[in-house]
Amino acid sequence: MIEQEEKQKPLNFFQDSGGKKGILAWITSTDHKRIGLLYLYSLSVFFLVGVTLGLLMRLELINPGKDIVEAQTYNGFFTLHGVIMIFLFVIPGIPAVFGNIAMPLMLGARDVAFPKLNLLSWYLYIFGAALALSTLLVGKGAPDTGWTFYAPYSIKTGTNVTMAVFAAFILGFSSILTGLNFLTTIHRMRCEGMTWFRMPLFAWALYATSWIQLLATPVIGITLLMIAAERTLGVGLFDPTLGGDPILYQHLFWIYSHPAVYIMILPGMGVISEILPVFARRRIFGYTAIVYSSLAIAFIGYFVWGHHMFTSGMSGPARIIFSILTFLVAIPSAIKVFNWLATLYKGSIDLKPPMLFALGFIFLFLIGGLTGLVSGALATTVHLHDTYFVVGHFHYVMFGGTGFAFFAAIHYWFPKIYGRMYDIKAATRNFWIIFGGFNVLYFPMLWAGMMGMPRRYYDYLPEFHIPNIISTLGSWIVAFGIIMMIITLVKGFRNGKPVGKNPWNALTLEWQADSPPITENFEELPVVTEGPYEYKS
Amino acid sequence: MSTHVEHRDDTARKMGMWLFLFTELLLFGGLFLVYSIYRFANPEDFARGGHELNVFIGAVNTIVLITSSLTVAISISAMQQGNKKLVLQMLGITIFLAIVFLVNKYFEWGHKIHYDLYPGSNLFRALPPGEGLYFLLYYFMTGLHALHVIIGAIILGFMAWYVHKDEIDATNYALLENGGLYWHLVDLIWIFLFPLMYLIH
Amino acid sequence: MEKNHHIVGYITNIWVWVALVVLTIITITVAELDLQMLTVTVALAIATVKAGVVLAYFMHLKFDKIILTIFLGIVLLVFLSFIVLTFVDYSFRTTAI
Repeated sequence: MIEQEEKQKPLNFFQDSGGKKGILAWITSTDHKRIGLLYLYSLSVFFLVGVTLGLLMRLELINPGKDIVEAQTYNGFFTLHGVIMIFLFVIPGIPAVFGNIAMPLMLGARDVAFPKLNLLSWYLYIFGAALALSTLLVGKGAPDTGWTFYAPYSIKTGTNVTMAVFAAFILGFSSILTGLNFLTTIHRMRCEGMTWFRMPLFAWALYATSWIQLLATPVIGITLLMIAAERTLGVGLFDPTLGGDPILYQHLFWIYSHPAVYIMILPGMGVISEILPVFARRRIFGYTAIVYSSLAIAFIGYFVWGHHMFTSGMSGPARIIFSILTFLVAIPSAIKVFNWLATLYKGSIDLKPPMLFALGFIFLFLIGGLTGLVSGALATTVHLHDTYFVVGHFHYVMFGGTGFAFFAAIHYWFPKIYGRMYDIKAATRNFWIIFGGFNVLYFPMLWAGMMGMPRRYYDYLPEFHIPNIISTLGSWIVAFGIIMMIITLVKGFRNGKPVGKNPWNALTLEWQADSPPITENFEELPVVTEGPYEYKS
Repeated sequence: MSTHVEHRDDTARKMGMWLFLFTELLLFGGLFLVYSIYRFANPEDFARGGHELNVFIGAVNTIVLITSSLTVAISISAMQQGNKKLVLQMLGITIFLAIVFLVNKYFEWGHKIHYDLYPGSNLFRALPPGEGLYFLLYYFMTGLHALHVIIGAIILGFMAWYVHKDEIDATNYALLENGGLYWHLVDLIWIFLFPLMYLIH
Repeated sequence: MEKNHHIVGYITNIWVWVALVVLTIITITVAELDLQMLTVTVALAIATVKAGVVLAYFMHLKFDKIILTIFLGIVLLVFLSFIVLTFVDYSFRTTAI
């Protein structure tokens, strides 16, 4: 009897339902992999809602004047598109899904430090998301302030700002708890021999990210509470007619929201640092430099928020200082890009889908980064501020950067999560559709912005017609590519070819676990004796 | 079948608690930032607002909170030495002091509300803008702090229950330590709120 | 397993309490004096000392792992930069807020 039990292979985390049935086995599970998948599925749904809103906006903008919706509806669309994409997809995206699934495995741990808290984070996320989406349905409709909720308009508008603000507050709390969990996990749960500088770069990126989540998020929390208090009590913290200063709101908002940009991009950079050495069969170039650049980005990222406010009435010296500090962030970002390129040099490059998405990331992030410098320089930004150039810039960083890193991550860890492989050919084709469509969609925005087309408006002058037509066409290509990608992945999940532990021949610890991993990841905890990227080429 | 062995990492639990406390610090930090900017812009109005507060009540509440911090600290020392009775007594006193603090706060706020000084009232609207901001921040910051006092007292109530049930004992008291840390944070915030709100000239 | 937790004695705790009460009395007394611009500085300096005592003894930072103190230092540094950078804007404003 006992011998038989010992020989039995332990259940993987799909099979081990913890004695519960159906959906209960998922929504009450504290297993980090199950929670990661809960995030993946819920996040994908919200992503598709955000994509739909984006498509509708693009469709409205295909011609000047009214095409499909009224101006007020359009304002609701772009606010909700921003809120959903930022708070429900890009910020939690990579940490909550792949951080949860892969990070404990990479560290050789059995779970995160506080599994129950981890589940609570997901519940808060769902609750916040439900609240955010329900602003569409109740009262006077979705907020029309833009995702930034700038005062004093956010105090005066009759739309559901208070509710949306509470949703953002709850989502922030969820984000804080995830960060807290990851920090403790990384400090306390690395397996034997996994010293700080033998840690995979994805874990390092999450470490830096978690610090930002922890320290910046409370500031937006309290700021949003102040907005809610102003609206309900009818008082004026940020209302200039009552002695308040609306620019102080912008300070507080960007004290969080600029570091939040690094919450979005750092984990993506971590994913790229994992994928490149695997598919170039080379040791990552400049491991230590990449580690320190992650920490430097996280740290300097706190001090540059003023560059969002160059034209909003901030004093002159402050603008100059913020502009200089902004240029400093470009240094660690560039260090990363150079190290990635050096990793590829003389590597035997294998253009599998994860690698394609990673290379796509580098290309698009480069455009995003360089247009960022143009927007961060005091002189040029006065011309470009609040134009479509800025919209193009941050979509290159957020979608071209974080979005592509997310797609890279799902293609990279898919066989580990499901134990099956998707159709590589189809996935390669999907990459080219999305990558091509992406540039058709967003490059014309840079062009329209240079011509002076202001952002956020429902309508535009006839001279901006051509870039808008091209951009809308691009939006259809991207949407088509995303649908194809989902079909390919679902097919792979259903009847893809089963794979072994390590289909990519990677060296980080998650590839030593079963595919899919067993409930507590490893039958015997691994012991590490060397760095994570020692490829013998 | 699980071979999972329940293994406890008190250091991790404490680290998690500290990280949470940092978020609390920055939550109040945002308010302190708003306070400092508006005080910088309206020094006279803030001073006039500050004179309306009763320094005596503020001072009493300061001593009350400091003393409650002491009793929590003693309860942890007592737990480490296995003196369960003293732990429960000290936690009891702490919760009692929390209630004293809140009752004081109630009378302090009640007094102001009684003569119509609260956000949105007619008197409030007639104040100079800077003084209005002062009182707005006064209500917001002390209100949020009072909320933390209530939460802290509830947490300590649970701790006392766990100690009573022997779920917290001399070998396993990280939870009590974390509860204590939360309570000390409430004290820390007040240490800054008191001079900034009551002692302006 | 890390054992041998430092136990802060009852007497130490009470001395810390005495120090905090004395500092509270000092801060109230000093506030009565007319120090003009220095008032805030002195009040904040005393509050910082009080906070330091609470952190070190009541919150056991002095006896815990050094990493917690380092964390706290980083947090305070970040918070101070928020204040300083925001003031860079407001101290150079040419119009009233």
